[in-house]
Amino acid sequence: MQFFGGSEISPSPPAPTVSGNNAHMMYVFNRNGVCLLYREWNRPLHTLNAQQDHKLMFGLLFSLKSLTAKMDPTSAEKGNLGVPQLPGQGCSFHSFRTNTYKLSFMESPSGIKIILVTHPRTGDLRDSLKYIYNLYVEYVVKNPLYTPGTPIRCELFNTTLDQYVRGLG
Amino acid sequence: MAAVYSFYIINKSGGLIFYKDYGSAGRMDTNDSLRLASLWHSMHAISQQLSPIMGCSGIELLEADNFDLHCFQSLTGTKFFVVCEPGTQHMDGLLKHIYELYTDYVLKNPFYEMEMPIRCELFDINLGQAVQKDRVALLGR
Repeated sequence: MQFFGGSEISPSPPAPTVSGNNAHMMYVFNRNGVCLLYREWNRPLHTLNAQQDHKLMFGLLFSLKSLTAKMDPTSAEKGNLGVPQLPGQGCSFHSFRTNTYKLSFMESPSGIKIILVTHPRTGDLRDSLKYIYNLYVEYVVKNPLYTPGTPIRCELFNTTLDQYVRGLG
Repeated sequence: MAAVYSFYIINKSGGLIFYKDYGSAGRMDTNDSLRLASLWHSMHAISQQLSPIMGCSGIELLEADNFDLHCFQSLTGTKFFVVCEPGTQHMDGLLKHIYELYTDYVLKNPFYEMEMPIRCELFDINLGQAVQKDRVALLGR
């Protein structure tokens, strides 16, 4: 994972509020399942209220992770289904696709989960998620006013994120 | 190396009605496969709820670190899914073909009760051939 140098942390020009037509929304969860950030660019359909939606998303990721850990055909000793696992332990997943969207998922060693929902035909976004994680480290973790575990309210992070996601393939 | 690791069919209420293993490491027992099948059924349903756009019909492809899972849902809600090596191509075609075999050898079998576990010898034989052919086609490339 490559960290960018000091010159690139300078403020970037503010991006328009309506972002690209490729990305739908993004979630950031910490290891306790608290939704640190939710960004929405293009989401015509809301089936639930925001809090329920975040809970359902975290639950889906958690269960899919225990499913893939148990289903892993390459390892013989997998333990029981649903046994709690540390980040990076067991077989995880990096994306899934339905007919209407593609969800890309990344988990950092500290348990930060970054989820990006895009158009189903988007390619592999693993590197983009790593880059977004770098943005998180630079603009959120290094922000002295940010308390870990609380929702992210960093203007600079949001602007840079919007700009980056807008430019995604 | 096996291209296809295992194959599952689940009925419209999430019960496992067919499971076949083609050489994954560490056998799963019956209870585990039943649990996995119903868990997949629920995840498939939840993914539809979280769609940002109308008309979502559930997960078609799950890309994990060590395998890919391709899922095909028939109009009646029966789900067919195959666990294969990452990056295996043409699994949609294989699933459609298996669906044809299912309609021919399971649904047209007068002794088969709907939504119940599949025990049809002809289906087993033809499924084996379909998966084998797929594997040979992969090796030939």
